[in-house]
Amino acid sequence: MDSSRRRVLQLLGLSALGLTTKPIRDAFAQEEEQVQAQFKKGENALTAQQWAMVINTRAFESEGDLEPLIEACHKIHNVPKLENKNHEIKWIWPEPYHNAFPLKAGRFLSEEVEHRSFLVLCNHCENPSCVRACPTKATFKRESDGIVLMDFHRCIGCRFCMAACPFGARSFNFRDPRPFIRETNKQFPTRMKGVVEKCNFCAERLAVGQMPACVEASEGKLTFGDLYDPESEVRELIRTNYTIRRKQMLGTEPSVYYIV
Amino acid sequence: MLELAIKGTKRYYGWMTFLLAVIGAGFLIYLWQLNVGLRITGMSRDASWGFYIANFTFLVGVAAGGVMVVLPYYLHDYKAFGKVTILGEFLAIASVIMCMTFIIVDLGQPMRIFNVFLYPTPNSVLFWDTVVLSGYLLLNIVIGWNVLEAERNNVHYQQWLKPLIYISIPWAISIHTVTAYLYCGLPGRGFWLTAILAPRFLSSAFASGPALLVLLCLIIRRVSNFDPGREQIQSLAKIVAYAICVNVFFFLCEVFVVFYSQIPEHMDHFKYLFVGLHGKGAYVPWMWASLILMVIGIILTVNPITRKNEGVLAVACMVIFFGTWIDKGLGMISGGFTPNPLHHINEYIPTLPEITIALGVWAMGFFILTVLFKIAVGVKEEVRA
Repeated sequence: MDSSRRRVLQLLGLSALGLTTKPIRDAFAQEEEQVQAQFKKGENALTAQQWAMVINTRAFESEGDLEPLIEACHKIHNVPKLENKNHEIKWIWPEPYHNAFPLKAGRFLSEEVEHRSFLVLCNHCENPSCVRACPTKATFKRESDGIVLMDFHRCIGCRFCMAACPFGARSFNFRDPRPFIRETNKQFPTRMKGVVEKCNFCAERLAVGQMPACVEASEGKLTFGDLYDPESEVRELIRTNYTIRRKQMLGTEPSVYYIV
Repeated sequence: MLELAIKGTKRYYGWMTFLLAVIGAGFLIYLWQLNVGLRITGMSRDASWGFYIANFTFLVGVAAGGVMVVLPYYLHDYKAFGKVTILGEFLAIASVIMCMTFIIVDLGQPMRIFNVFLYPTPNSVLFWDTVVLSGYLLLNIVIGWNVLEAERNNVHYQQWLKPLIYISIPWAISIHTVTAYLYCGLPGRGFWLTAILAPRFLSSAFASGPALLVLLCLIIRRVSNFDPGREQIQSLAKIVAYAICVNVFFFLCEVFVVFYSQIPEHMDHFKYLFVGLHGKGAYVPWMWASLILMVIGIILTVNPITRKNEGVLAVACMVIFFGTWIDKGLGMISGGFTPNPLHHINEYIPTLPEITIALGVWAMGFFILTVLFKIAVGVKEEVRA
């Protein structure tokens, strides 16, 4: 056998390569019908086919009316308050009509609508472009109730989802957010630098039978429910009011409806 | 063959030391970025990609442009390019490595990069971009190295390389097509949402890549005993001439569609870049410079009198290289993000640390390129002697 240095090195390289295939061999060697870990739903958990929100924008008179809702959300989700506009983290925030609905803004608009503030947040689209873009499935659409969720521990911070989102709903942690959280809520994880985050439709609250924080704080101005339950309150509102959605023509099918 | 890279003149070592110094500076700033996060860059919630991704996009083009010497030689049996295919392949290697590094320095959590392979996601274009870029790197390393080694040993390269060489040609097209798909498939980004984006990227790639090759050939002739050849340089220059014409034509097609249709979603980005929007217009001089540079490039490379003068040709190639860099790097990324989807105008200006890191990556690329070219030229000199 040819035992030159080159040959020995080649063999060593091949052996090293062989060792790295262990996880694959293990996967094939696994016994079938292994019991998979299962999650049990909480007893009080709220469920839906596709969660949706209806915002009655007429009920909000000024931007000040939106503050408590934003505050409620940002407080329980440990959203930091950053001074630098560029690095801002926001899950839900106010926008004027022509920014919330840039393609629908006429040049001459009802003065009242012109001055109204519109709550914007992640639309939990039925056909989300951010989920399509994510290279690691760190952002995904939950099959069970249609919420677009994020795994902060899997996110590599490539920000493809931010480019893909047509609603600017996503924020990136340009720095460690923890020093900028006024009061940490121990019930919800804080994030680290370098990952993307956004509204999660309060998945953690729905799991224990609570309505989303903003809905709770809105005193009836926001309505939350199952889009595919014809008897649900949101469907009732959509049936009886003229509603619009943000950038509907893009086909992402937003789940947040606005009564204007 | 690596030993050829460690035997060099004083000037060679001086150049390498200079590059190492720039790499070092970039690396130190990168350590800072790694420590405190991307806040040291000019990127923001609105312009979520910046200088790194701009350079990445441009360099994918340079890498793909290398195929312009490989294709005529292997598919059209254009013998003259046999002398320089190795330069195209080695340029591709250095460029792809720069691309990958730019992606890594842009990540918020770079240590998690292997999640891309751990959780492969076929619906994500970024996943495919990783696949085609690594594939292209591998192909060029295997092909370039083996063909050069065969040349050194005065034998024909191995038969099994042939299919790989043929695969590498459409593969080069694919890397830039997939890179364009990163942008042009996104709803709500009017600037990028156009089917001409991938063809535009390719035409600009086939101008900038060969333009850099012409410059490198001219440098090699001056610093070594290997002459890439006048015919080779002239043929490359003709490729550059066609490609830059097509690139400007594609750009004008886009301008027509955008401004004749008058759809604000598409128009506002162009307005922002070329005349400024709502008082913001940091890129206006850059974009006009880019256009003027590309037009000068067309005049100098299309006209046979100027093209045949190698001094003028060198200027033309530099002009085209910088023109396309502004067009496809700087403008393409920041223009796409401004105005943002909510029509706020938040300008992106790269910061000094960001530029230093980018320079470090470029220096690393040129370090690799110099090593590879040193080897290639060394072999060529040996064979000739």
